[in-house]
Amino acid sequence: MAPAIGRDEVAKVARLARLRLSDEELDTFTEQLGQILDHAQDIAALDLSGVAATAHPFQLRNVVRPDEIRPSLDRDVVLSEAPDVSDHRFAVPRILDAP
Amino acid sequence: MTSAAATARAVREGSVSALSVVEEALARVGQRNDQLNVFLHVDRPGALAAARRVDEAVARGEDPGPLAGVPLALKDNLCQTGVPTTAGSKILAQWRPPYSATVVERVVAAGAIVIGKTNLDEFAMGSSTENSAFGPTRNPLDPTRVPGGSSGGSAAAVAAGMVPISLGSDTGGSIRQPAALCGVVGVKPTYGSVSRYGLIAFASSLDQIGPLATNVTDAALLLEVIAGHDPRDSTSLPEGSPALMAHLDDGVAGVRVARVRELIEGADDDVVAAVDAAAAALRDGGAIVDDVSIPELRLGLSAYYLIAPAEASSNLARYDGVRYGLRVSGDDVGAMYEATRSAGFGAEVKRRIMLGTYALSAGYYDAYYGQALKVRTEMIGAFRRAYARADVLLGATAPSVAFALGARAQTPLAMYLSDVFTIPTNLAGDAAVSIPFGVGEGGMPVGVQLLGPGRSEAGLLAAGRVLERARGDS
Repeated sequence: MAPAIGRDEVAKVARLARLRLSDEELDTFTEQLGQILDHAQDIAALDLSGVAATAHPFQLRNVVRPDEIRPSLDRDVVLSEAPDVSDHRFAVPRILDAP
Repeated sequence: MTSAAATARAVREGSVSALSVVEEALARVGQRNDQLNVFLHVDRPGALAAARRVDEAVARGEDPGPLAGVPLALKDNLCQTGVPTTAGSKILAQWRPPYSATVVERVVAAGAIVIGKTNLDEFAMGSSTENSAFGPTRNPLDPTRVPGGSSGGSAAAVAAGMVPISLGSDTGGSIRQPAALCGVVGVKPTYGSVSRYGLIAFASSLDQIGPLATNVTDAALLLEVIAGHDPRDSTSLPEGSPALMAHLDDGVAGVRVARVRELIEGADDDVVAAVDAAAAALRDGGAIVDDVSIPELRLGLSAYYLIAPAEASSNLARYDGVRYGLRVSGDDVGAMYEATRSAGFGAEVKRRIMLGTYALSAGYYDAYYGQALKVRTEMIGAFRRAYARADVLLGATAPSVAFALGARAQTPLAMYLSDVFTIPTNLAGDAAVSIPFGVGEGGMPVGVQLLGPGRSEAGLLAAGRVLERARGDS
């Protein structure tokens, strides 16, 4: 049986998932994901046309709360866990060029 | 070990101090934690201070609550302020959450004493607790074997007698399977019946927090405390906490029990024998026991291993090195994301993120994720038809007793098969419990599983009590 997923596809999925994989990891994941997807052929092959999809155990409608002002998490407490902070904000590497 | 119910009673009466109970628990943790790696963090000062507060409340004539002075362990994917919450991952190794989970607030308000945070498979992805970034937990009954997972630390903490009760989370069996492998009681409550606020998300349409305990009564006691509507969880059911303790001794007279072929097939002989013995015990208790086949359940494993990774790939996108947790720097933001996630996540988490990303990607969505969602519909329908003719379904919790460390670690699919009997309940959003019943290979405990529709916990626990009595203890 042909592998359900190729090495190039695994590499593409890794890029989409923001993961950098070593060559060894790519080989391992290609084999393992292939095995799992082979197993999943039992449902991929079913004819389920006309069956509705269930994304959640019960049918959720919009859940709303009263529009009341309530305290939120303390800014300093939240920022104390951030890897990098600048001027009371999360800091990241520059995204835009300086004006 | 003294039960949670008896401890709470003694503490409330003032005949035993919470402090002495907690000191004993901490001593038991100290004796075996190095060997078993059950706790990732032990909050000794916090536990002793909380115990003193309970004792002071008793001295003032106040009622400290139904779990007064009871030592309790938290799976380390449940947020608690003041102590680290790691989810078993390097990416959160140093993280201290800015808020506590609703279940943590509820057990503390009920007088329970949080002893510490227990080991788990990274982000609750696994069935053996070997996927923790902080080393595997060992089974207290045989340290060469795994405790199951992903709530392996919480199951082992109870099985080792460190604490009488603990909390875990169950996405595809992560409470029930380790409960079975460690010989304790585990409950996967109805989806939405226990708030998930403060539970680190894995697969949000499947995750549910629940209790582990040495006996059914203690599990019911803890579930009553943690269940009930929470406005902070938008998937929380509107109902309050169900009455469980009041129905514990209802028995099973006239209850229709169906032994499910698909929840036994492929299991080892010792496991099948335990399920047969449980069926006989329920029949002795007055239940009407039948055999049924629900072929749709065979599709659960594939559906689960597409749905759960798909949801996980989305939920774990938040670990990007920006707001909390690990950051590994890179030349630009994209490089930082990649470096952080590649260094912070372990192999199983990467595997599931990849699988989920693939199942959701253009060209494969309909064939995999979309198809899995339709299977979920079929499974819910199959359960509904089964529950029209039976009150309780009976099967095995796991296909085998606890296996050796390393035995399944290199073969993800073999590990995934550990969950084959527990997954269907999560897909349906229903309730199920695992009750230790019988002994299998190597003298290891076997768990049998009782399944019911949503909101059937009282009946399942009453049936569990019947099995407990038949087993000959209390």
